[in-house]
Formats: sequence, structure tokens, C-alpha cells
Amino acid sequence: MAFDRMTRRDVLRASALATVAGGTLAAPAVHAQPTTTLRCGFWDHWVPAGNGAMRELCAEWGERNRVNVQVDFITSVGNQNLLTIAAQAQSRSGHDILSFPTWEPAAKYDMLEPLDDVMGRLTAKYGPVNAAAEYLGKIRGKWVAIPAVSGTQMKPACVRFDLMEQHAGIDIRAMWPANDTRGPGADTWNWDTFLTAAEKCHAAGVPFGMPMGSFTDAVDTVGAIMASFGATMMDREGKVTVQGNAKLKTAVEYLVKLSRFLPNDVWAWDDGANNRALISGRSALIFNPPSAWAVAKRDAPQVAEKCWTVPVPAGPEGRFTPYLPYFWGIWSFSRNKGPAKQLLEFLSERTSAEKQTNTSNGYDIPPFVSMNNFEVWAKEGPPVGTVYNYPLRAHHNATASIAMAPAPAEFAVQAYQQALNTKVVARIAQGGETIDQSLDWLHRELTNIVRGG
Amino acid sequence: MVADGSHAPGGMASRSRGRANAMQRFARRRSTVAFLMTVPLLAIIIGLVAYPAAYAIYLSTLNRRMTAFAGTLNFELLFESDTFWMVAFQSCFFAITAVVLKASIGFWLAHMLHHIPDKGQRKWRGMLLVPWVIPPALSTLGWWWMFDPSYSSINWLLAVISVPEVPWLGHHWWARIAIIMVNVWIGAPFFMIMYLAALKSVPEQLYEAAMIDGASSFQRLRYVTLPMMANIISITVLFSLIVTFANYDIVRVLTNGGPRDLTHVFASYAFQVGILSGNIPRGAAVSLFMFPILALCAFFVLRSVTRRNKEQM
Repeated sequence: MAFDRMTRRDVLRASALATVAGGTLAAPAVHAQPTTTLRCGFWDHWVPAGNGAMRELCAEWGERNRVNVQVDFITSVGNQNLLTIAAQAQSRSGHDILSFPTWEPAAKYDMLEPLDDVMGRLTAKYGPVNAAAEYLGKIRGKWVAIPAVSGTQMKPACVRFDLMEQHAGIDIRAMWPANDTRGPGADTWNWDTFLTAAEKCHAAGVPFGMPMGSFTDAVDTVGAIMASFGATMMDREGKVTVQGNAKLKTAVEYLVKLSRFLPNDVWAWDDGANNRALISGRSALIFNPPSAWAVAKRDAPQVAEKCWTVPVPAGPEGRFTPYLPYFWGIWSFSRNKGPAKQLLEFLSERTSAEKQTNTSNGYDIPPFVSMNNFEVWAKEGPPVGTVYNYPLRAHHNATASIAMAPAPAEFAVQAYQQALNTKVVARIAQGGETIDQSLDWLHRELTNIVRGG
Repeated sequence: MVADGSHAPGGMASRSRGRANAMQRFARRRSTVAFLMTVPLLAIIIGLVAYPAAYAIYLSTLNRRMTAFAGTLNFELLFESDTFWMVAFQSCFFAITAVVLKASIGFWLAHMLHHIPDKGQRKWRGMLLVPWVIPPALSTLGWWWMFDPSYSSINWLLAVISVPEVPWLGHHWWARIAIIMVNVWIGAPFFMIMYLAALKSVPEQLYEAAMIDGASSFQRLRYVTLPMMANIISITVLFSLIVTFANYDIVRVLTNGGPRDLTHVFASYAFQVGILSGNIPRGAAVSLFMFPILALCAFFVLRSVTRRNKEQM
């Protein structure tokens, strides 16, 4: 028998070969099993398809890198995302990657993994991010979170061009066409022109739908108006700059004047009220991302086809567009920081960003200025080109604005959430206080915030 | 050894009897058994009441970043804030007005129901309990649609009879009234059902005796019904005061504290300061203000209940 003739050396050789062959054949199966699980909590998108893009991108990256990516979508309805962040920060456990709304990176900066390396590579590739994103995400010289694409929005003016032309005599489409040129009258698109148009549209029964309550649409818009007047409430060092601030007084006076031509219930409007005002055909202009137009396209197509998004009017100190970004951050207690950084870098790449923006019908705004030329904004309609001017473009000569900047983020967030900028106007226009009384109140509230540290 | 062996089992038996006696003695100690039986309750109270309360006190003594002890700074800053005092006034106004209205309406409804025959009473009782059974956040959303600043259905109905539009949520007094209305709508059925149960337990003979003595219906209410229901009224009012004082969802859904913070109550303001503004210690300090106010109320109400009980004994 052959077996009888086998030497000890033959047996050893055969077993060595078997080991190598077995290992080689089994290797792909072994290595195909992801050994790392990355848990991500992303913002639950308003646009239903928005979550799909994130899920697909994560799956694609996970497959390529053999990482099991678990994705949860956390809603901001009822501030569920804020509660999740607070709970995970307290318990020091939870997701590896989390979506952080506007002010949260600054609030949790000492619990977040620095991402300077990722941002360094991304900015080397795509150029700088806008200034507001840097103010919110780069804390004490370190990037603590990456400005996200998904969920980030601008709030330019969404205008009913027919009503604007009919009642205020402004051809807004000619002024801001769907290309990179400024049309006739673009240079006069400032807050004075806006006030005159507001008065005329108010008289015609289609007042501008600008909320003045305590929700973000109101705070962001009023913040952008104040910024365009050069009005700040607090400087970079955290010093309250209300008393004797002529620019702030001018801005407040302007807002009080403007509020007379707004619907009389704007003090109670939430973030949906302006959308409803536009969609129902009761308003000639609102400040909002294209979500209002997108809903109108579905529910009131006759309104949607007469909407045109244009830049925010300019003030004496420039043009400021309300900006409300989301961030992606990695908890410092995460055990998968390496893969988490790789995933965030992948999600921020141009192709990934474009996929997110396309899937959200142009709603999501990438933070990199160089990415403000995705085709989706030129193609969306009807009318085609309606959201061309939604992202910041060079010919707008505009800056992204976040209310309460340039105050240190830890103070700014408190002033922002308490809507101090809209309340200072409301106390005069609705509460009957004098401008000095109202500014004194603002000074006391801000001082109180600063004293709390 | 054999003789010893005969004793051996007996010795073991006596030892086991000794163990049984110890167990029996242990079981007979009522205080121990009572303690063991209350352990689950104590664990719940310690875990879900005492610990969070102590933790809130601890949090309120920290600085904003929760990295250093700040003593009473958060409380001092609240005392200096105009908004906080406004919130304190509104919380008291909201809680007292809403509880008085709920108690009055509940009392009236209970009397009405009490005089309906049993057969029909069940139907009415079920229907009147509906507002209390629906989750408050859901029913408040329904009310919000009715109060909506631009498309209020109530205003639409008022317009039909030529009544001018009411700025339900846009003007602070109307907004306060709207919040109280919704709270009363949700909470009155609770009072009604409690008072109805109390009314049913008042012996009929007392009313008969009062009628023989010539007591009017008001006198029967004043000298028979009210004294017999005094304890249940006190306890219900106390319970409702605590729940109403700590209410959050109605304000959050209807007004978010606006306009100009003029409808905030302690809970909604604490959430705004603590969670939304990222200042958890100050938010904890705001929420702790409810505790002394409610503790005082509880002390006086429970003392009066105890006194009445002693008088009756």
C-alpha cells in the first residue's frame, strides 16, 4: 500500500502543504467578515429620500473597508437629537459618530475627538469651508466636528415672483437669473428696497412671511439682518456690546419698522408657519430653504411654479445669508476613531456630497465653497432654475451668517436658544417698550449669561 | 458508641429544629418582613426619585461646563434675571388658576353625573373621561391646530358669528388663557371621577336627616357634602397642583414659551436653559425651584388632612 511506503518526511511535507492550502482557501471567508462595528447616529432627514443616500453611502464604504456600519436616524422633532447627545455625553457611551446640530460641537468640544487631520486633507482637496461653519466647528483652534452635508441648510428668500412684480414692481427673476450674473436692479436689492416692497405687499394683502418668535427661522433671519447692519450684541472676547451701540440701535429700529408690515401674528409663528403662508398663497416672500417650495410642488403646484429663490437683501455692511449647519463628530470615548474618521472623510468627498444634495432635491448644502456648483440647483424645477441661487455663489457677494456670531459659542448658543435678538424687537413692537428699555433688558440678559461662564 | 449513636440523630434533629426556630423567629419579626416587602418600593423611590433629585441638586452647584463647583452661583444668577421672575409668576398663575378651574368644573360635573340614573351615567362618565385618557401631547396638538395663528378653526367659527379674530397664541394674555384652557380640558375629568367616587360614599341618611331639619340644597352642600369630601378634595388638589406645576408638554406644543417668554413655566424654561442652551446646571437650578413651593403646599395640605382625620376619630 502506498501508505506503507510513506516516510516521516513525506507526512510532514503533506501536512505543511495542507495547512498552507487550507489557509489560502479559507482566507477570503475569514477576512470577509467585518471585525469592526461602527455605530452612527445621523440626523433623520426631512426629505424622506435623504436617509437613503446616507444609508447607501455608509453601506458602500463599509463594504469597501470591511467595516460593519450600523446607521440610526435620530429625529430633531421634539429635540430628540439634543436629548440623545445630552444622554450620551452624560453616560459616555453610545454611538461612535453622531450628527451634531449647529451649536452642539461648541457645547461638547471637550468630549469630541479632534478632526484637524481629516479637515486638513479635505480643505487641501476642496478649499476652505464657509466662515460660519468654521466659527461653529473649530473651537479653540481645533476642528472638533466636520461640517456635514446632510441637514445643512441656507435660508435665502423664496419669492412669489408674480406677486412681487404685481405689487412691488420688482422683477426678481430678471434681477437674480438662474446663471452666474447679476441682473438689472440687483445692486438695489437691499433692506431699504425690501422695506418698501414689504409695505406694498402688506397693503395688497400678501405680506412677507417673516417669523419673529423664538424658533430658528426667526432667530436666523433677524440675526442675518442685524449682521448686515454690522450690529453685534457681544464681541469675540465675550464682552457685551449693547450699550451705546449705534449699529445695533439702527438694526433694531429697522426691524421694528419692518414688523409693522408683517402679519400681526408673526410673534407666535413657528418654523412651519412661514412655509404655510407661502404654500397657501397668502405671502409674497419667505426666508427658507427649498423645502417650502418642495412641499408646494407636491401640495400646491400652482404656487410652486411661481416661486424663485434669491439672495437675501444687502445691508450697509454687506449681504448675510442665514446658515444653519449640521456637523458630524466622533465622541472621544469611541473605540473606533480610526474607521470613524475614514467614514467621515468619505462622506465629505465631492461625489458623496453631491449624492446627498441630489437625493435631498438640493436641500443639503455642502460646507465647501467649491462645491456650490452642483448641477441639481440648476436643473430643479418648475420653474427650472428656481433654486439656482439657493447656495452662496460668487456673484451674490454674500457671507454665510449665524445669529449671535462672533460671540464665543458657549454664550452665543444661550442667546440664540433664548431668541434674545427677536425678543428685543418684540418688546418694542409688541410689548410697547422704548428702544432704550428693550436694549437695557438685552444688556442685563447677556450680562447674566456671561456671568454664568 | 452505640449508645452515643442513638443520640446522634436526636442531636441533628434538635439542631435542625433550632434552625427552623430561628427562621420562624425571623419570619415572626413583623418589622423585618415589612421592611423586606417594601424593598422594591424603596428601590424604585431611591432610584427614580431620590437619586435624580440629589443629582439635580449636585448639578445645580456646578459651573456651566460641569467641570468645577460653583456653589450657589446658578441660583444667584437666576434671582438676577427678569425672565426667571416672570417664569416664576407665570408658573404660579398657571398652576393655581388651572387647578381652581379644574376642581370647580370637576366638582360641578361630578354633581351633575351623580344625579343621573346609573344606567345613563355610565355613558356620560365614559364620554367625559375621554380628554383625560388621550395622551396630552396628542390632544394639545389638536388644540394647537385650533389655535393656529394663521388658520385657527376657532377663529373661523367666530368669524361666522361676526366676532373678530382672537390672537390665541400671538398675544401673551390670550396665550396664557389658551394654555390654561387646554390644561383644564385635559385635567377636569380626573377631578370629576375622584369627586364622583367621594360623592357616592356619602351616606344618604345624612342628606335625609338634613332635609328633615329643613336644610336648603346649598346648606346640604355646605354642611354635609363638603365636610364629607374635604379630604378627597385636599388630596386631589395637592396631586393636581404638583402635576400642573410640573407641566411641560402643553406649553412646549402650544407656544414654546412665547411670545416674549410670557408663557414659559418652570419645566419649559428649565428645558430651554438646560438642554437647548447647553447649560444643564442652570436648567437644574430652575427645575429645583418647584421643589420648595410644592413641598410647602404638600406640608399644609397634608397637615390639614391629618387634623381632620384626628377630629373625626
